[in-house]
Amino acid sequence: MKNWVYLDQFQGQALPASWEALGLGLTFGAVTALVFGSEVEHLARAAFEYGAEQVLLADDPCLADFRAEAYASTLSKAAKEQWPDLILLPNTTRGRELAAMTAIDLETGVLVDAVAVEHAGEAIAVTRPTDAGKVLVGESCSTRPVIVTLRGRAFPRPTAFPGRTGALEKIAVQARALTTVAGTVSQDSPDLAAANVIVAGGHGVGNSGPDEKESARRGFALLADLASVLGGAVGASRAAVDAGYAPYAWQVGQTGKVVSPDLYVACGISGAIQHQAGMRSSKVIVAINQDAAAPIFRLARYGVIGDLFQIIPALTQALKKRMESEKL
Amino acid sequence: MKIVVCVKQTPDTAADLTIEGGKVSWGDAALILNPWDEYAVEAALQQKELLGGTVIALSLGDENAEIALRYALAMGADEALRIADPGSALDTSAVAHVLAAAIQKLGGVDLAFFGRQTIDGGSGLVPAQTARLLGWPALTLASALAVHGDEVRVERSIEEGRQTVRAKLPAVISLSRDFGQPRFPSFLNKRKADRATIPVWSLVDTGVAEVTPHVTWSDPALTPIRESNCEFINGGSPEEIAEKLAEKILAEKVL
Repeated sequence: MKNWVYLDQFQGQALPASWEALGLGLTFGAVTALVFGSEVEHLARAAFEYGAEQVLLADDPCLADFRAEAYASTLSKAAKEQWPDLILLPNTTRGRELAAMTAIDLETGVLVDAVAVEHAGEAIAVTRPTDAGKVLVGESCSTRPVIVTLRGRAFPRPTAFPGRTGALEKIAVQARALTTVAGTVSQDSPDLAAANVIVAGGHGVGNSGPDEKESARRGFALLADLASVLGGAVGASRAAVDAGYAPYAWQVGQTGKVVSPDLYVACGISGAIQHQAGMRSSKVIVAINQDAAAPIFRLARYGVIGDLFQIIPALTQALKKRMESEKL
Repeated sequence: MKIVVCVKQTPDTAADLTIEGGKVSWGDAALILNPWDEYAVEAALQQKELLGGTVIALSLGDENAEIALRYALAMGADEALRIADPGSALDTSAVAHVLAAAIQKLGGVDLAFFGRQTIDGGSGLVPAQTARLLGWPALTLASALAVHGDEVRVERSIEEGRQTVRAKLPAVISLSRDFGQPRFPSFLNKRKADRATIPVWSLVDTGVAEVTPHVTWSDPALTPIRESNCEFINGGSPEEIAEKLAEKILAEKVL
């Protein structure tokens, strides 16, 4: 099986989900990795270290910004010359858009947001969540190549072997694009979808005093302290975002981001079904809530019925102390 | 401005769902306009208010699609158009082929708005695929937009933050939730929407001879309920609880 993996990058940095895709590709045999961008040859070298046999490199100043039309045309042209059986992409905003357009060019289908991919003989089938994560459905595609986007953190990152190399092939760039990127403002918080640890706040964060905004400001600062000790990111429920406690970029749930960190600490979040849709695949869930009947406790491995304004700072201190003594 | 907004009906998310005969069933749950599409309708109406013109709500589906179309009319869309579902299970590229053909057939369209994804299928591929077929730019996940002459500028949300992107009209734009609160239907528009006769096109009317889906679905199953058996950490001062909890978390070896 001819097996391609597209590595999504931003300003020369590969997203973690790109390596996860490469790792999955390796379980199906030899991988050809695709690296597109400007001055991104170092990513081709990284791809070899992660196990790619071959890299198709499209390195050109006109690919400096991700512009879907140019990237899709470059990918489709290469695919029409070499006809891979499978193209794996991370289900990032760029990966998904590239998959969508490339599928139109190649007159094939996209199996999107896969959490499992099986390959028996020539047949490729995936499993993906739908209906707010309530349903898992099998999907397959009758045409080749099969284009699959992979949910972040659903597949393990492969081991890198420093110094490993492979065959680098430069491919033709299709420059025509219809959009111009005028600028990007980076957010200071890390990408939730890639975070190992998420400390999330809900409506309860605004409940510690007469001034809810002031309460929320103090509460989210406490959550940020804990997140920073754990090297994680801060998230929020829709209730917290709607109340103006937190920006939409932090929202976890059906109308926000779908995350699956190793540790999810839900603080003052009741755990409505829409919130669960965004975080139910987290490995370990810890819930802190004053309401013992909150549905979040049915998902959580550990629960504390109590005041997050007291528990969280104490937990931050306790973890900090223990992690520092472990390091010594 | 001739503005199209593509919409779809979805079940209310709070509804209970079961698997019946190998298919997902929402029972008798109420159907609503896909919540993401409300942002698209809002964006379309705002551009019409700023620049003049008409807003046409477009949906591909059976009679149930009228629920989405009537809600768009009630929010303030001028016209609605339904394309009759050919009956087979369509994948995203088949849907995009039909929508792109209908947009072309309508003619002179400057902007086509979409919600970022549906809340049921949720693949989020159709906006970019429709743009690709039309040969128009795709400005996806927009949180703000402004049209100046023949150019549109959007702010969009990506993993790394906010990005400003511009393109020439006509363009496809998909909306993210941080675009702002969609309006509620007015009483007057609601009455108008209830009475409206919504024209129906067949596939042939759009100029599409046939659609060929590539993707097939099988064996839907309810996601297993997480049996977590929550272990409650009780007793003592917050510090004592925190010490116990910290120990448990570290013992999970996930940090």
